Amino acid sequence: MDLIPIVRALSRRKTGAILIALQVALSVAILSNCIAVVQQRLAHMRRSSGMDEANIVTMANQFAGTTEDLASRIQADLAQLRAIPGVVDAVAGQSFPLRGYGRSTGVWRASDAKATTLNVADYAFSERTLDSWGLKLIAGRNFTHAEIREFQLGSKWLTSPVAIVTQALARTLFPRGDALGHDVYLASSAPSRIVGIVERAETPWAAHESATYPAEYAVLEPTQWVATNVAYVVRTQPGRSAAVLTMAQKQLYALSRERVISEAQTFEDTRADQYRSDRSLGLILIVVCALLLAVTALGIIALTTYWVTQRRRQIGMRRALGARRGNIIQYFQIENLLIAGAGAALGALLALVGNLSLATSLEMERVGVGYPCFGALIVVALSQAAVTWPALRAASLPPAAAIRGQ
Amino acid sequence: MIGYYLQLALRTLRRNVILTSLIIAAVGVGIGAYMTVLTMFIAMSGDPIPDKSAVLFVPQIDAWGPATRPPGTAGSVRLPEQFTYRDATGFMRAHAARRQTAMYAVQLDVTPPVGASYSQPGRAAYRDFFDMFEAPFAAGAAWKVKDETDLADVVVLGATLAARLFPHASAVGQTVSLDGRLYRVTGVLKPWNPMPHFYDVSGNPFTLGEQLFIPFTTAIGHEMQSAGGQGCASVPPPGWSGKLAGECIWLQFWAELPDAAAVRNYRQFLVNYSDEQRRLGRFHWPPLVQLSNVKEWLALEHVVPNEVRVNSLLAFGFLAVCLVNAVGLMLARFAARAGEFAIRRALGASRPDIFLQCLTETAVVGALGGILGLLLTALGLAANRASLGTLADYAGRLTHFDPAIMALTVALAVGATLCSGLYPTWRATRVQPAWQLKAQ
Repeated sequence: MDLIPIVRALSRRKTGAILIALQVALSVAILSNCIAVVQQRLAHMRRSSGMDEANIVTMANQFAGTTEDLASRIQADLAQLRAIPGVVDAVAGQSFPLRGYGRSTGVWRASDAKATTLNVADYAFSERTLDSWGLKLIAGRNFTHAEIREFQLGSKWLTSPVAIVTQALARTLFPRGDALGHDVYLASSAPSRIVGIVERAETPWAAHESATYPAEYAVLEPTQWVATNVAYVVRTQPGRSAAVLTMAQKQLYALSRERVISEAQTFEDTRADQYRSDRSLGLILIVVCALLLAVTALGIIALTTYWVTQRRRQIGMRRALGARRGNIIQYFQIENLLIAGAGAALGALLALVGNLSLATSLEMERVGVGYPCFGALIVVALSQAAVTWPALRAASLPPAAAIRGQ
Repeated sequence: MIGYYLQLALRTLRRNVILTSLIIAAVGVGIGAYMTVLTMFIAMSGDPIPDKSAVLFVPQIDAWGPATRPPGTAGSVRLPEQFTYRDATGFMRAHAARRQTAMYAVQLDVTPPVGASYSQPGRAAYRDFFDMFEAPFAAGAAWKVKDETDLADVVVLGATLAARLFPHASAVGQTVSLDGRLYRVTGVLKPWNPMPHFYDVSGNPFTLGEQLFIPFTTAIGHEMQSAGGQGCASVPPPGWSGKLAGECIWLQFWAELPDAAAVRNYRQFLVNYSDEQRRLGRFHWPPLVQLSNVKEWLALEHVVPNEVRVNSLLAFGFLAVCLVNAVGLMLARFAARAGEFAIRRALGASRPDIFLQCLTETAVVGALGGILGLLLTALGLAANRASLGTLADYAGRLTHFDPAIMALTVALAVGATLCSGLYPTWRATRVQPAWQLKAQ
């Protein structure tokens, strides 16, 4: 089909063509960036914490009354929890991944702080915590019972002679892969030997990570945490989480009423809480994109319908001279493809340029070339679909009436 | 003439209903989406205390020195954001500002007269806190200076907690059991929840405010642990006295400095203080100080997340698309009425007359689009509230809908529609009367 007559006809109606092209360009630019941001957000939310998330319930326990024998009260609580049918194991600690808050410490590469310090999460582990959380040990060993020392809040913190680190931290500290058996300095001039490496354990603040507090650096220290505020992490058999959660609270209160249990929830709820703002912002983006596509489509339909009414006589004349219905439809579709194609190309360019300039000022990640192309494809396909109905209407104009101007 | 044009505009709305409603819809949806995002952005980034944000300051000193400073962004120095007990009380004693307060977050167990006890967030501060941050009192007042020196067990309640504990009587003068001790209520605040929670941004700055305020000295006397964040450059000595003597930062400090001279003097005081600590052998580095007012502090702490800014940009782009859409639709609409304009021109109307008529029509359409935008904004904010789940209170406070914003929405809609209507209106005035009349 000859493109030149189409282009020449278009050049006589520049305004409308420019308007559609502009709409398509802006839509492509916005859509590509929206898709990229939503994709990044989804990837962010889907990272595993390293724990056996489907079968873990947690609760925050605050002891009231006397604080004399917290250690034995905690052990009594744990014994009670472990006795509940459906429970695989239970441990007490200061925090856990995605809790939102917890201890952090600095990790020095050398024995003085002048070497670079990394901020990492610091978890207090008993010898049973590794299995209770469901972490995967990929090198070395777990802590032994003898290595666990008790720490009561307010007493002097002693640097532990051994530690377990996450794989991400091990790789950063020892790029040659020989972390096991080496020493790290946990904000102290006394060294801690790395005796084990776990595949993955996120920090409590992983949902809101920043450059100074990355999400995957954690160190596990052999410490039984003893304080009025403890976090109980309970691993259940598959499918028993909800039942165990209710039973656990009842049993603990039956054991002693001098406590307040809060934030008792499954790990799925904990995860949902932490990523709630991510999800709502993502939803806003998706809704805006859907509206955007709807507005663009309606705009194309309206403008093309208007063109059809403007050019009734020409269409009627073409039909009278022998053009078939299909030719008319084809004409409008090619015309729209030219306009939308030009607009989409401009929009893809806008998307890349805009993203580059925003990436530095707003700390957005750069989008690959794939996103603008994908966005362009979607919008052009949509505009082609949108122009079908006006084109069908144009094709079904009765030729004689159209020429006469009715 | 404007009155006549308005009548005309309203009458012509009924003709060509589809096109007109499409324009109204385009404008309404664009404005609705943009205002939803903009309202959230305004709520998050607005000045929480506009009449005093320029006189309230956060000082920062180099308490940890270059070697153990927290890692900051490349190229800039990041001083610790909180204070050790030694420094905070040192500042209070020196009294270098007209009003000042050291404070920290606490978590207290409230035991009501009937029912189980529950945990509530509170704040331990000096009595200047209430004047400095303009916390409004519904009844009673803050505690006296004597209460602070005596380490008295007194408390100021927030409106919600006071209503919950004492629904039938005034709370002032009553006693509340906190952490097992009885505290006397000296005052009750009106509902007060500055957004963002600028005086302590170490946690979530958009959380609900505290309902309990106790004197700083009382909290220290009862060895109440901080419920906020804390950082330590070195391991502190054991026990509570160790925490007070050590180099852990866990206290916030604010000073009220009414004019530029006071700011200069305070900066000098901070340098002098750092020098004194160097002489005492505690600091081994030259002084480095920073003094930020409320807005500078919020910017420093990155209180508005970048995602919100990105969303504002995207929503603005969406509005642009809707307006371009509206231009095309208005072109179509005016072109359909070329005959009517031709008759007016033939009867003697000048081009500016036609221009004014079309502009009035555009303004009316814009106003209608603005009203639709208002409804859609309310819908968008309600949906936002729904998807934020259990943080409904936070969202409700965050996305309030006040008359200023409503007026802004309609004004924005009219303005935007007028802008996009300029080209179609100009095209409409260029109608050739003779040609149009002949063609019919």
